[in-house]
Amino acid sequence: MSGHVFHPGHQELHGVTVVLETHGPRTYVGRFDSEDARGVHLHDVGVHDASAGGQSREEFVRRCDKFGIRPEHRDLLVPAADVAKITRLVDLVR
Amino acid sequence: MPYNPALVAPMREEMTRMGARELTTVSEVDAALGDQQGTMLVFVNSVCGCAAGNARPALRLALQHGVRPQQVVTVFAGQDVDAAARARQYFAEYQPSSPSVALLRDGEVVHFVHRHQIEGRSPQAIAADLTAAFDRFFAAVA
Repeated sequence: MSGHVFHPGHQELHGVTVVLETHGPRTYVGRFDSEDARGVHLHDVGVHDASAGGQSREEFVRRCDKFGIRPEHRDLLVPAADVAKITRLVDLVR
Repeated sequence: MPYNPALVAPMREEMTRMGARELTTVSEVDAALGDQQGTMLVFVNSVCGCAAGNARPALRLALQHGVRPQQVVTVFAGQDVDAAARARQYFAEYQPSSPSVALLRDGEVVHFVHRHQIEGRSPQAIAADLTAAFDRFFAAVA
């Protein structure tokens, strides 16, 4: 079953863990499902809110890479208007 | 809900062919991981072809390296649910993901590879990371 893909026809990032930066204080780290007119659909999503104080966004992302993502949302739709940037987690920390 | 056993059988066989020992029950997990001595690799298997489809061949490549774990065991997330949950208790500091790889030395997790570090990467690239970790953490006891 090497190389077998169960998700044919999906978007390039489908199944990939991404960092989604918004135009606001929130950053999401989760598994990309799809993107449509409503926005970006993510699974198993951790959230960083820069307005809440605490660890920096960079530290949050670094800890997600080292220890994994502590999901606060099983499924999340980030509205299209809020999406500023989407980057693979591994690309952001390397 | 677990997949049809016939569907995942080749994914199990891919692991056992490379010498991994399957742990399918809680008691098997405890016997292997409780009071673990020496070096061990725990592979959390998955049906997801996006990541596991590259992780299994990567592990096969990595295990051909000169320095390798003394024991290789595997649990199947989403299939052997209780066994996988039990195994994850032994590396509870790390959030669950599958596929994933834990390297243990004398019961301590010394390195962990999450699903996101596997996704979209070639087996060769994943294997290179694994063998670097073998060299770093297992060379002294190999």
